[in-house]
Amino acid sequence: MNQKSIAERLFNSVNIGLLLLISALMLFPFLYLFSVSFSSYEDFLGSRLLLWPSNWTTDAYEYIWSSRTFRQALWTTSLVTVLGTLVNLFFTSTMAYALSRPIIGQRSVMFMVVFSLLFSAGMIPTYLVVQATGLLDSIWSLILPVAIAPFNLIVIRQFFLNIPGEMIEAGIVDGANDLQIFYKIILPLSKPALAAFSLFYAVTHWNNYFAPILYINDSSKWTIQVVLRQIVVVGETTGTLGGDNMFAAQPPPPETIQMAAILMATLPILIVYPFLQKHFAKGVMLGAVKG
Amino acid sequence: METLVQGTEPGKKPTATKASRGKRIRARMWKDRYLYLLLLPGLLYFIVYRYVPMLGITIAFKDYSPFMGIVDSPWTGLDNFRRIFESSEVVQVIWNTLIISFLQIIFAFPAPIILAIMLNEVANPLLKRVMQSVVYMPHFLSWVVVVGIVTIFFRNEGLVNDLLREAFGAQQTIGFLTEPQYFRPFLILEVIWKEAGWGTIIFLAALSGVNPALYEAAVMDGASRFRQIWHITLPAIRSTIIIMLIIRLGDVLEVGFEQVFLQLNAFNMHIGNTLDTYVYFKGIQQSDYSFSTAVGVFKGLVGLILVMGANKLSKRFGEQGVY
Repeated sequence: MNQKSIAERLFNSVNIGLLLLISALMLFPFLYLFSVSFSSYEDFLGSRLLLWPSNWTTDAYEYIWSSRTFRQALWTTSLVTVLGTLVNLFFTSTMAYALSRPIIGQRSVMFMVVFSLLFSAGMIPTYLVVQATGLLDSIWSLILPVAIAPFNLIVIRQFFLNIPGEMIEAGIVDGANDLQIFYKIILPLSKPALAAFSLFYAVTHWNNYFAPILYINDSSKWTIQVVLRQIVVVGETTGTLGGDNMFAAQPPPPETIQMAAILMATLPILIVYPFLQKHFAKGVMLGAVKG
Repeated sequence: METLVQGTEPGKKPTATKASRGKRIRARMWKDRYLYLLLLPGLLYFIVYRYVPMLGITIAFKDYSPFMGIVDSPWTGLDNFRRIFESSEVVQVIWNTLIISFLQIIFAFPAPIILAIMLNEVANPLLKRVMQSVVYMPHFLSWVVVVGIVTIFFRNEGLVNDLLREAFGAQQTIGFLTEPQYFRPFLILEVIWKEAGWGTIIFLAALSGVNPALYEAAVMDGASRFRQIWHITLPAIRSTIIIMLIIRLGDVLEVGFEQVFLQLNAFNMHIGNTLDTYVYFKGIQQSDYSFSTAVGVFKGLVGLILVMGANKLSKRFGEQGVY
């Protein structure tokens, strides 16, 4: 009996130890970026494994903020994220509701939706349509071609289907038409679910790198991910941020700029993460119920 | 899903004449006019951005030139598709895609299962929840951020090489980002780092349905923790594992454009160029629209066949099927 409890305890400690190690692997990069980005270059060179800044400096952040390119990219990306999410919500919820009611043609449209999950025309034909609809080099090319994620549509429709039919009937008895029922009964009931999907859509917009490099050539409309790649992955730190920079002093070293840039571009995600987290298990599970 | 797509229309009266039936349909559609109004924006979206491009696939059978337009460009039949298999370049790209994909299935697919089992063994609910929050987080980071972090840590003057030099006395820097042999391992490790935590959700959900009495009975019988995992935990998620594996196999040609594209360079192009990145280089950068569309169609069709096959397979396993 005693032996078993030793084995038990050993199992638990090893398991929790490993899990703590895994968690540390996910958090450590951020701690390191945080420390270096707020440290002076001398401290960074002195001890490469910086875990906390000793001489705090915000030079890297000020330098980045002084760059018009970076601010513009933040602004463009914020605009795309807000507009894009609104478009997503409008297109997805209206269509999902219509498809949750037994209208004629519903099955054909559902087939269209499901089939688009299984087969897509591919990058080039889609590009040609985006071009033909005049969206190239416009922020709408980052919004309209992804107005609906078919999977989200299916899950939200499933959510609408699960709303008791009596709610709708009550609306009909009160003389409401379908638009009023959708707006006054269905939407208020679905607020938590729609909030969850807005967050998911918003994160997707913020993180999108593929669409901007495909559709946007004009560097004044670059999104934050494109600029970030230029700074960090390509390593053109001052080349990207220096041209229109109003920073008064000598630019800080590229290392600290790169780390500060990553944190600035990730900050919005980290801010919404607690809210996301509250919802996403639910969202994913809604999808799993569909089977 | 299935029943919605295949079910029969209720309330169909076979005796009704054509004229009166048409009238009834029109009346019903008029009654539902506001619902059609709600349907319209989404339907337009699907037509314009999902189905018109499918018509655009015709350029795969043509020698498309932007000046002549899709309609006037000359037909070439299956020439573009023949070129796919005649070009050793594309065959190489298909191989690259398959190798990366299978490495991911072997190494990255089991990661969330193992992590979910480990999390499931944590007795303290608070600790478990905190660790879940931490491991889910990387899923929400962009690929640019993940690749950026990897670049900062693993470049020649990065922290990892520094530590190797100072703490372990390594004589030379290791070119993690430039030497091709590190390319594939890094792709796999990044996917594990970013997605393993998120992937646990579906397995943890399956595990939350397990009756705790099973574990209590196993403890009574003197089963060790490993035996409990083997005989109770694993069987509880077996069908989820099978379904997820089948879905993954159906996506074998999908290796993620952004992750690969961000890390391609002259050194690893020969092993790193995958179908998606190849189509981008050929089609967008070199404007070889017809050929790159043919490559895309090839990928799409193989994907479609694989997904449908995978769905059949999952039904054969007595599971629901994915769609």
